[in-house]
Amino acid sequence: MVGIRSYGGYIPRYRLDRMKIYQSMGWINQANIAHARGEKAVANVDEDALTMAVAAGLDCVNGFDRSEMDGVYFASTSFPYKERQNAGIVAGALCMNDNVRSADFGGSLKSGTTALLSALEAIASQGANNLVVCASENRLGGTGSTQELIFGDGAAAFLVSDKDVIAEYKGSFSLTYDFVDHFRGSNSTFDRQWEDRWIRDIGFDRFIPEAVNGLMNKYGLKIGDFAKVIYPCYYPREHSKLAKILGVEDGKLQDTMLGQVGEMGAAQPMAMLVKALEEANPGDKLLVVSYGSGCDALWFEVTDNIKKLNGRRGISSHLANRTELDVYEKYLTWRNIIQPDVGLRTEEDVWTRWSVDWKNKKAILGFYGTKCLKCGVPQFPPQRICANPQCGAVDQTEPYTFADKGGKICTFTGDNLTATMDPPETYGNIDFDGGGRYMMNFTDCTVESLSVGMPVEFSFRIVFYDPKRDLTVYFWKAVPTNKGV
Amino acid sequence: MAEGIRDKVAILGMGCTNFGELWDKSGNDLLVEAFTMCLEDAQIEKNEIDACWVGACMPEFGIGGTSMPYAATLKLPFIPVTRLENACATGSEAFRGASYAVASGVCDIALAIGVEKTKDTGYGGLPNMRGGLMGTVGPIIGPNVSAPGMFAQLAAAYEAKYKIPMDKIKEAMAHISWKSHENGALNPYAHLRRRVTKEQILNAPMISYPLGLFDCCGVSDGAAAAIVTTPEIAKSIKRNQDIVKVKALQIATSSGEESICNEYDGASIWTTSKAAPRAYEEAGIKNPREEISMFEVHDCFSITELSTYEDLQISPRGGGVEDALNGFFDLKGGGIPCQSDGGLKCFGHPIGASGLRMMYEMYNQLLHRWPEERQVPNPKFGLTHNLGGQPIQNVVSICIVGL
Repeated sequence: MVGIRSYGGYIPRYRLDRMKIYQSMGWINQANIAHARGEKAVANVDEDALTMAVAAGLDCVNGFDRSEMDGVYFASTSFPYKERQNAGIVAGALCMNDNVRSADFGGSLKSGTTALLSALEAIASQGANNLVVCASENRLGGTGSTQELIFGDGAAAFLVSDKDVIAEYKGSFSLTYDFVDHFRGSNSTFDRQWEDRWIRDIGFDRFIPEAVNGLMNKYGLKIGDFAKVIYPCYYPREHSKLAKILGVEDGKLQDTMLGQVGEMGAAQPMAMLVKALEEANPGDKLLVVSYGSGCDALWFEVTDNIKKLNGRRGISSHLANRTELDVYEKYLTWRNIIQPDVGLRTEEDVWTRWSVDWKNKKAILGFYGTKCLKCGVPQFPPQRICANPQCGAVDQTEPYTFADKGGKICTFTGDNLTATMDPPETYGNIDFDGGGRYMMNFTDCTVESLSVGMPVEFSFRIVFYDPKRDLTVYFWKAVPTNKGV
Repeated sequence: MAEGIRDKVAILGMGCTNFGELWDKSGNDLLVEAFTMCLEDAQIEKNEIDACWVGACMPEFGIGGTSMPYAATLKLPFIPVTRLENACATGSEAFRGASYAVASGVCDIALAIGVEKTKDTGYGGLPNMRGGLMGTVGPIIGPNVSAPGMFAQLAAAYEAKYKIPMDKIKEAMAHISWKSHENGALNPYAHLRRRVTKEQILNAPMISYPLGLFDCCGVSDGAAAAIVTTPEIAKSIKRNQDIVKVKALQIATSSGEESICNEYDGASIWTTSKAAPRAYEEAGIKNPREEISMFEVHDCFSITELSTYEDLQISPRGGGVEDALNGFFDLKGGGIPCQSDGGLKCFGHPIGASGLRMMYEMYNQLLHRWPEERQVPNPKFGLTHNLGGQPIQNVVSICIVGL
């Protein structure tokens, strides 16, 4: 049986009230008041599509043996790198072996489901046993545009396998149209969109029914067979209208989370599928349809294993973990849309030396240190001579990742002097659960909330962006969990 | 066991420039001024110097790398010259080089000189530290820190360890900075010479929690120098003067244990705790709280000074707060004056010069060269404590001098 073995989700903690955007920029396009309801999820200053894909991927593979993974497919239209494989970085951060397959799927908002289909078919053809599929998006709308209000950031991930499947893959139907409702040239930051009415009438109203009917005809199904029907549509009224066109009964239409998260692009149908799986029962048939340059329609049947899959945060717990972003201009700054003057300190040049990066790749991507084979003390960064003064063994180590270990705050501060786009920069020494210590940056917290002994977990984040060379540097940060204090 | 350095090295002369934001002066100017003062005080000629150690921590902002521009600036006559750095303990490291040369008998007379031009960076504070102690991989895996942020962490750990409320710790830190401003106001060479109230200190903008502006030392330009020789030669040159001798010179560098293993609690500085007893033993000091007359500690931040009281065994563990608040370290507080010249806090902190500046103060106090208002009465032992790095990974140099 081939299908989904596990799922994971990620929604960044910050939410921006759309009315705040409208209050600042609504004057340029007053009709945008129609889109100024609810809030949108906003990636933190140190997050992008890649880090959110890792976060969803980590949620998905939590508890699974990473050495069983055969590869990772990563779908997005907002990759940080055009050249330098994004999926390769994700594979490293998920602590996968070197002998895995990796691929980026991009170019369309349906790339998430296309990646999922490719993984399912690779498993079905016995080319692999376990593949991780991540879809993540951090899209930008031009300042004052409708897209700025609508787009939200988020990610979803699936472990596709032939073992312990929670939702069996039953079939698919795809459409490909060079339908340019929006596009982004390779030199552009923002999408350029054609008229909404045309997108609704031809795009959503025509393609989604065509895909759904195509799939139902292919497999002899009726719309009433499905417990949940999942398709994106960032026009709320059109989303409901399509349900009527398709004959979806009340309660069976999967919510788009537009009011809480926003339109997540390639991750949108994937995140909706995660949400549906969180609430699914054995025997449920799920229909998921993507939209963008055509459609992919896939259907799954939920198995009894769904009850055994525990410990996923999925989408729901991330929806609950929210903090309002107080200032709209912070969003503009973090996305590099405005460039405030943060002083000469930020202009100091920091080179990334790729040969150094290569030598340290396991430490950087997988948060690997060493564990002394003689005394057992875990150590970061990797050490050749054991730092334990009672031991001092030389070259008797094994690789040891801290990424999935928790930790506790030993010391901390909030620094207003160091160059940062989100002062104060919080950091401190972390004592890892199971031993070892490292001084590292914190994120998703305020200095006021910190205390010695507070538990933390680890998150793969942007360390800095080098505008001179257009490169993003990643490493791990500590996220205080505020539990048990 | 080696017999140590006690009474093998004498300070023949010292020089120290004004510290401050010396926009009109280059590092070379400062080097020349400190050297000239020092030669004059030592009563020797330049060609009597056998070797020179120069401390300059950030040569990219100052005179440059290697020993060569320094030798050329001072026109040192084809003698061995070494430029070195050991973070903020650079000045003491230069002093150690010269002292070891004399103690070993290789040199009769050696020069230690430290200089820093910190104010040509274009912004306040020290330059960015991203990954500074971790080499080329540092910018990637190291945290984005500043000097105040690295040391500020002592405070949260101190609060957690001793269960002393942060408000009380802040009050003690305010007293520490207040005291140094009082002393700095008396010192014509100091960078910051304005008195401040404890209220001003407590209400200052936050730099790095819980350190406010006045918890941080001045970042300054300046230079200081020492000429060292054997006690015999010193006595032959300065027949009618007391001779200041090195009683102990101990350096400890972190082994990596504090930053990698879990035993260190972050509420003190281990290197100081390890170097201090070695220094006291070398100097023959049994009870430092009774025997040390005065000391200059590395008060880069008020919390560092607080921790150092305890790490030097002057205050009991957790007792630094009470000692500070009781005025034990005030210039005329009846205890042990600390930072009688204003310290890094107010005399300023040109990195490569600071260790030598501390020594300059102890040297002049021991020779009773200061006006009564800032002279420590009848000092016997003076101690300098020069620290470079950050609490979890650093180098500390402790030097005890006496007559």
